[in-house]
Amino acid sequence: MQENNDRPILEISNLRTYFHTEDGIVKAVDDVNFHVNAGEIVGLVGESGCGKTVTSLSIIGLVSAPGKVEGKIDFNGRDLLKLSTKEISEIRGNQISMIFQQPQSSLNPVLTVGDQITEVLHIHQDIEKEDAWDKAIEMLRLVGIPSPEKKVHAYPHEMSGGQAQRVMIAMALILNPSLLIADEPTTALDVTIQAQILDLMRGLNKEMNTAIILITHDLGVIADMVSWVAVMYAGKIVEQTSVADLYAEPLHPYTQGLIGSIPILGRKKHRLDVIPGVVPNLVDLPAGCAFASRCNRKLEICEEKMPELIVQKPRHEVRCWLYQE
Amino acid sequence: MDANLTDNNIEKVTSNLGEDFVVVENLVKYFPVRGGILRRVVDHVQAVDGVSFTVKKGETLGLVGESGCGKTTVGMTMLRLLDPTGGSVKIDGANIYDLDKHQLKEMRRKAQIIFQDPYASLNPRKPIGDSIIDGLDVHKIGTPKERRQIMVDLLKKVGMEEYHAHRYPHEFSGGQRQRIGIARALALKPDFIICDEPVSALDVSIQSQVLNLLQDLQEEFNLTYLFVAHNLSVIEHISDRVAVMYLGKIVELAPSDNLFISPLHYYTQALMSAIPVPDPEAEIDRIILEGEVPTPINPPAGCRFHPRCSAATERCSQEEPQLTEYRPDHWAACWNVQI
Repeated sequence: MQENNDRPILEISNLRTYFHTEDGIVKAVDDVNFHVNAGEIVGLVGESGCGKTVTSLSIIGLVSAPGKVEGKIDFNGRDLLKLSTKEISEIRGNQISMIFQQPQSSLNPVLTVGDQITEVLHIHQDIEKEDAWDKAIEMLRLVGIPSPEKKVHAYPHEMSGGQAQRVMIAMALILNPSLLIADEPTTALDVTIQAQILDLMRGLNKEMNTAIILITHDLGVIADMVSWVAVMYAGKIVEQTSVADLYAEPLHPYTQGLIGSIPILGRKKHRLDVIPGVVPNLVDLPAGCAFASRCNRKLEICEEKMPELIVQKPRHEVRCWLYQE
Repeated sequence: MDANLTDNNIEKVTSNLGEDFVVVENLVKYFPVRGGILRRVVDHVQAVDGVSFTVKKGETLGLVGESGCGKTTVGMTMLRLLDPTGGSVKIDGANIYDLDKHQLKEMRRKAQIIFQDPYASLNPRKPIGDSIIDGLDVHKIGTPKERRQIMVDLLKKVGMEEYHAHRYPHEFSGGQRQRIGIARALALKPDFIICDEPVSALDVSIQSQVLNLLQDLQEEFNLTYLFVAHNLSVIEHISDRVAVMYLGKIVELAPSDNLFISPLHYYTQALMSAIPVPDPEAEIDRIILEGEVPTPINPPAGCRFHPRCSAATERCSQEEPQLTEYRPDHWAACWNVQI
């Protein structure tokens, strides 16, 4: 839970990631503010193109031209945006790690799993080869790979999707980072395997006290995993609060629509709610609220001016004119 | 609610729906695995192994399972897009494996399929209007002018506009492309549509638009659906009855309400409990399955689920359980059903 006395390890202020393309400026992330406390799991939720992945790439310094990142990303007292390439690569993989949606394509197909895990150790630590292998085997055991002393010699194509994601997690956590960014880590997996991986992540979060930013489009995964959640739409955070409040009392019409539009097992209804229309083009965003054209509670001002993200009640922020004075 | 009353209601639901429109009996599809220098057939992937079910006129049967369980192969084999290894499929009384070329073409008008990735199933070099008209051309339905009118009407029916007809597939979003896929499937006025993961590639807000559209069209045209998906929540929402597949076999078949309130098969129970519920207050007794789905080249003997099942006994590893009716219309293939 985000309490004032918690110690934030990551504080993002006014993050803007714009891509300067021939078609115009794509405002992929526009004025995003949130923080992550030590050992906390924070969720970023939204649909394709809402900016959740670009936010995470900005944190870890993986946005390349024509992208430009501005604002402040304070990680344990250092502004990541002010660091040199060398300094950020010392943090990346060591203190902040990331896992991706397609584990198979994030692994090198011509190196064994062991080679890839130990590479992380060799880059960041002065460690003997044998010790590194022992550590890799130990880590594979921790993430639940059966007979790890054999699997450490396997190539990525010899593993299933679930196992490959476990290897990715092993690689990401081997240096015990204080922050793990997980970008749709279970989206490509079957539900029973998803349950295994989420269970693993929850366990490692408790055991190693690793803070996690969990990026997903799945509101079920969010409810299951995180304590604090930010909902993104067209590059902006439109609502952020504790996970209990988000589902009990969603304030933004987009969040309300999103929750109403998913079928929930065991709560069958005749028809699903619908958010009409589609996400606007990020190159050519409307002057007012980006959601206005799809909103069923639209006011006149919504199409003219973008509302600010305001604290509507304690620990519940929303960006909507319905709640502004 | 009184238990009897519930049972009566269920009977009413099933008897209201008419005749069996699609009858699949003992459908088998093996893919050869080749090896060695001579590329001899060394083994078989038992993708679908003895699947039987019926779909009534106007009904939606959901077919659910994880990747590799054979659900897509069932759909493809039912329309003879793949040749079966064994078994029969009757659509509207005719066994489609007995049809000659001419009869098969007529059958393909009646039975259509919608795919997961509408981008891959639309010709990128053709304006989408032409893609929709294609089927009408092949079946020589109407004059060119009438075909154009049918196409425009269809676009409007699926929530798009006439001017979209001249655009190319890459100019549309995923949700719009799926609408085009649906319009194309509807062009020949089919009775039966196989929907193969039609909403899996879509964002949630678009997913509900397409699901509602499919329901509206079913009501309007009295369509019969086989809805193939991996997402149980979507399956529950859209289906009247549901078949759960595991490693090429149906392990449970029941009316949607029955299945989700009281699943009988341990695999169904595990599958349901694995789904994260969008409600942080929900208390879930989660069953985390050990291991992964075995290979369908050499599936386990007896019940194919027994190596991962918490209730497995000696018998499960030796004898294969058959689908048995434990409650009215509620079938399960398990030796240890607890009623």
